[in-house]
Amino acid sequence: MRRAIATLLALGAIVLATLVFTSDRPSAWRGASHESLLHGHDVSGEDWGADFVLSDPSGRERTLRDYRGKVVLLSFGYTHCPDVCPTTLAKFAEVRRLLGADAGRVQVLFVTVDPARDSAELLRAFVPSFDPSFVGLRGTPAQTDAAIKSFRARYQVVERNGDIEVDHTASTYLIDTRGKTRVVAPYDEAARQLADDVRELLRAG
Amino acid sequence: MRTLLGLVGILAAVATANVGARQPSLTVSDAWARATVEGQTGSGIFLRLRSSEDAQLVGASSSAAERVEIHEMRVVNGMMTMRRIERLPLPAEQTVALEHDYHVMLIGLKRPLQPGRSVVVTLHWLDATGMRRATDVVAPIRALNADAGSAKGKRE
Repeated sequence: MRRAIATLLALGAIVLATLVFTSDRPSAWRGASHESLLHGHDVSGEDWGADFVLSDPSGRERTLRDYRGKVVLLSFGYTHCPDVCPTTLAKFAEVRRLLGADAGRVQVLFVTVDPARDSAELLRAFVPSFDPSFVGLRGTPAQTDAAIKSFRARYQVVERNGDIEVDHTASTYLIDTRGKTRVVAPYDEAARQLADDVRELLRAG
Repeated sequence: MRTLLGLVGILAAVATANVGARQPSLTVSDAWARATVEGQTGSGIFLRLRSSEDAQLVGASSSAAERVEIHEMRVVNGMMTMRRIERLPLPAEQTVALEHDYHVMLIGLKRPLQPGRSVVVTLHWLDATGMRRATDVVAPIRALNADAGSAKGKRE
């Protein structure tokens, strides 16, 4: 009889473990019910982006607090990037279209990881060509490093035969209307899913 | 004897014709270049290739840029990396898309690429016998925010 109970308990544990580990919504197990609706990875429990101070093309210092009241879509990149960065910015423009009347409640920030080549003028010409509301941000090398570190992101400038290639985190960060980083979405997340997450963050306030 | 000479002549003609007939072809489709703004010194050209026989793309050149390279792009663990590759296999009768995983990279642009214009790039490739060949491509310049691969509706 004792062996039967032990077997049952073991089976129960296996079933429970299977349920937990095969769930494609791990955040649902962690707490607040509305978070389970998010497509991207929920990082609400962290304090990402808190130390970020960068400048907009007019030279004004910016932190995430400046965008309170809006949901921020933030990505890192550089203007010499032929595919990933333009694709991401074009996707953000699509997210804005999908949001319709809520489009004005979203702010896209593109943070250069190549401030040596990406001047304020270049960012001013490049970033708004995807949507006039988009803002490019740059900092000193130290500020850039701090911003990257603040989002647990990575970048690396690779020089080879006089060529400069910049490897960087291609994920999208979603910051809620109170300036708190809530979601990290992978590079290949579709515009529709990002728009869903933005709506969810707008709904939650 | 005359007959024999005639026969040799015919055989020679046939042989020559055969050499001429073995004409490996590289078909390029959906080529376009991404526009740039003033100050940007690099951009990408995206296209699809289909070779009639096993071939390899080994480089590219253009008068629009100081250097042109074939690049491979990957996103691994959220990190985007881009590297030059020496050769890209083009298996016979298979379409190889240089749209997301690969692209032709223009480095050191001499002037901005304006939408509505086009840029000419020469692709250098090796046919199945290892002979070096070149194919010119005229790539229309599309808006900066065009999505690579959108011609086929691959993405949303």
